[in-house]
Amino acid sequence: MNQMIAEADFVNATADKHAQGNPMLPLAASGLRFAINGRALVDVEALDIQPGMPTVIMGPNGAGKSLLLRLLHGLIVPSSGSITWAGKPAGKNIQHNQAMVFQRPVLLRRSVAANIDYALKVHGITRSERQPRVETWLEKADLKPLARQPARTLSGGEQQRLSLARALAVEPQILFLDEPTASLDPVSTQAIETLIRDASDRGTKIIMVTHDPGQAKRLAGEVIFIHRGEISEKTPAKTFFKSPSSEQARAFLSGGLLI
Amino acid sequence: MLRHRLMGLMLALVAFTGLTASGANAEDRFIIVQSTTSTQNSGLLDYLLPIFKEKTGIEVRVVAVGTGQAIKNAQNGDGDVLLVHAKPAEEKFVAEGWGVERFDVMYNDFVIVGPANDPAGVAGSNDVVAALTKIAETKSPFASRGDDSGTHKAEKRLWKAAGIDIASASGDWYRETGSGMGATLNAGVGMGAYIMTDRATWISFGNKGDYKVAVEGDDKMFNQYGVILVNPEKFPNVKAEDGKTFIGWLIGDEGQKAIADFKIDGQQLFFPNASAGNS
Amino acid sequence: MHNFASSFIYAAQLLLSGDPELWAIVLLSLKVSLSAVGIAALIGMPLGAALAVARFPGRGAAVILVNSLMGLPPVVVGLLVYLLLSNAGPLGVLQLLYTPGAMIFAQVVLVTPIIAALTRQVIEDLDSEYSEQLRSFGVSRLKSVPTLLWDARYSLLTALLAGFGRAVAEVGAVIIVGGNINHVTRVMTTTIALETSKGNLSLALALGFILIGIAIAVNAALGMLKSTAARSAYA
Repeated sequence: MNQMIAEADFVNATADKHAQGNPMLPLAASGLRFAINGRALVDVEALDIQPGMPTVIMGPNGAGKSLLLRLLHGLIVPSSGSITWAGKPAGKNIQHNQAMVFQRPVLLRRSVAANIDYALKVHGITRSERQPRVETWLEKADLKPLARQPARTLSGGEQQRLSLARALAVEPQILFLDEPTASLDPVSTQAIETLIRDASDRGTKIIMVTHDPGQAKRLAGEVIFIHRGEISEKTPAKTFFKSPSSEQARAFLSGGLLI
Repeated sequence: MLRHRLMGLMLALVAFTGLTASGANAEDRFIIVQSTTSTQNSGLLDYLLPIFKEKTGIEVRVVAVGTGQAIKNAQNGDGDVLLVHAKPAEEKFVAEGWGVERFDVMYNDFVIVGPANDPAGVAGSNDVVAALTKIAETKSPFASRGDDSGTHKAEKRLWKAAGIDIASASGDWYRETGSGMGATLNAGVGMGAYIMTDRATWISFGNKGDYKVAVEGDDKMFNQYGVILVNPEKFPNVKAEDGKTFIGWLIGDEGQKAIADFKIDGQQLFFPNASAGNS
Repeated sequence: MHNFASSFIYAAQLLLSGDPELWAIVLLSLKVSLSAVGIAALIGMPLGAALAVARFPGRGAAVILVNSLMGLPPVVVGLLVYLLLSNAGPLGVLQLLYTPGAMIFAQVVLVTPIIAALTRQVIEDLDSEYSEQLRSFGVSRLKSVPTLLWDARYSLLTALLAGFGRAVAEVGAVIIVGGNINHVTRVMTTTIALETSKGNLSLALALGFILIGIAIAVNAALGMLKSTAARSAYA
């Protein structure tokens, strides 16, 4: 009973916060399966992601977290099943409104500023509009003094900040993040989390994979826990960390070995 | 900075391309002569052509290949004038309509050169058939052009006259290089083989080693050069007027005298004989 | 007999003497080969990059074909281009035979597969790094070609160098289609062949040294450019 009330509170609260709504949501998947040689690596019967606070995907190594993220983003094609965005199948327009940040940033062999400029350019933004936006995002990511520097000479934390700023510069409705702070120091991690929180507050739906329960606690509105390609539970974050409903999540959070 | 440097490189490339494209000036008045390596390697053409250009303003561009290839190139219409040394093949070329008319220009002679130790014992001979027979009998190495050139054709005629079947010796003591006169001389000198060459190429050749002329002075080793205008009725692109001017000059008094004047180390390499053979 | 040191000194003397004939030959060599490499790059780089990123049936066969064409014998290319450009051939009307244009034509044929094959390799490597990110940006495989080419620009210098090395050093093709005509189509390699056939071996060797010197100079220039690029992690 308590749990149900809490869930209702959560939905109400986030619906207020993101009152304008997100034209791409809800994101729904059904019968989503990705198999290699007949072995299902992702097997999601039903998934429904609503507007609101960040949705964080957790689970042990090899559970299929990154694959699920790539399936949703459209980087890989499911073996079967469907994904719809606000009721519509993925199309050019939907692809256009998403961005993704990878665990290891892929930076172009150009300057820091040119990396952001490139993302805006292929997004179809005119040259005159690009210039101020590049400036804005350099500022936000605290990269302004490094604007002319070759992007690949940045430190790991700076690279990931650039990668995130580049993804956010196109103002996506949905931002996927695949363990963006996996190999970063605390200071860099904090800078990245601040950028993510800001984006979320501005209405960008965050869907993020993380390994780190602390990060999930700090950012998540809800947690999806997956184990062996299947969703074990999908719960509001507060509930998840207090009393996870699935045995797998309990084992994971208590630091036990999850097999 | 880096970007600018790369752009500079690209621009330089493009500029070069442009330069080359404009380099071929359509206003240039020139003819193409398909000729043989002997006339070029000896330096004869380098001597004659500036004189001709001075007088007429016509530039002569020489493609120097073997006589066989020169004739084939001319049969494709790739040249205005043919200047070669294989009379039967030249007459066939005219008879088949590829050329207009053949004129004798000059002659020199072939010689057989060999190493100082003279393994076949032919040095000093002036009987080429006997010398070739001796070379075959002693199985002394002999380097042949083997490229269907005028020299090669002449050499084959001489073997035939000596009654020797060189085909059976090919790869053994008879070695066909399949290349030009100079390359064959280089190869032959390297392997200690006898070589038949035109005298002009030999005199001007720079890598003689211990080689000397072994056989010379036989009438059978006479080497006649002829000149032919490629038939403009077959190939409209043939520059008939300028080609005729060149041929006329070459077999006329001025050209003939210039040929006789061309000497290396005081030796005359070619002997003009245009009036003798022409009707 | 022929001693390398004396030929080397001869080469230096030739260069220093400022002999206009020699310089004209060196310049023509550079003009022809650089033009050929420039044109071949314009064709071969997009072709190689497209081959690297495109997915179509028969792609494996196409890759093998391009790789094999890297080893095209120059003399065969010379013959093919001669037959094309000959007055009896389909492109005879262009009147290109025995001009520098014909030599560029032949070298483009010779060099394009080299640049295309090396470009494919370089771009395939880069694409394996970039492809997810570019797909995420919404850039399709074929549309990613210009991006990949630009970002691989310094690695691609190696392809240009390989092409230039091949072009400037070959004699088989240019001697057939150019005819080695004095002051018109005579380049370094055909001059070396000619001087060798005249038995002027020291002169030929000296010219060879100059040719090697040109190759070293070009390589060094691009090598410097590449090392600058490496410091920026662009290479």
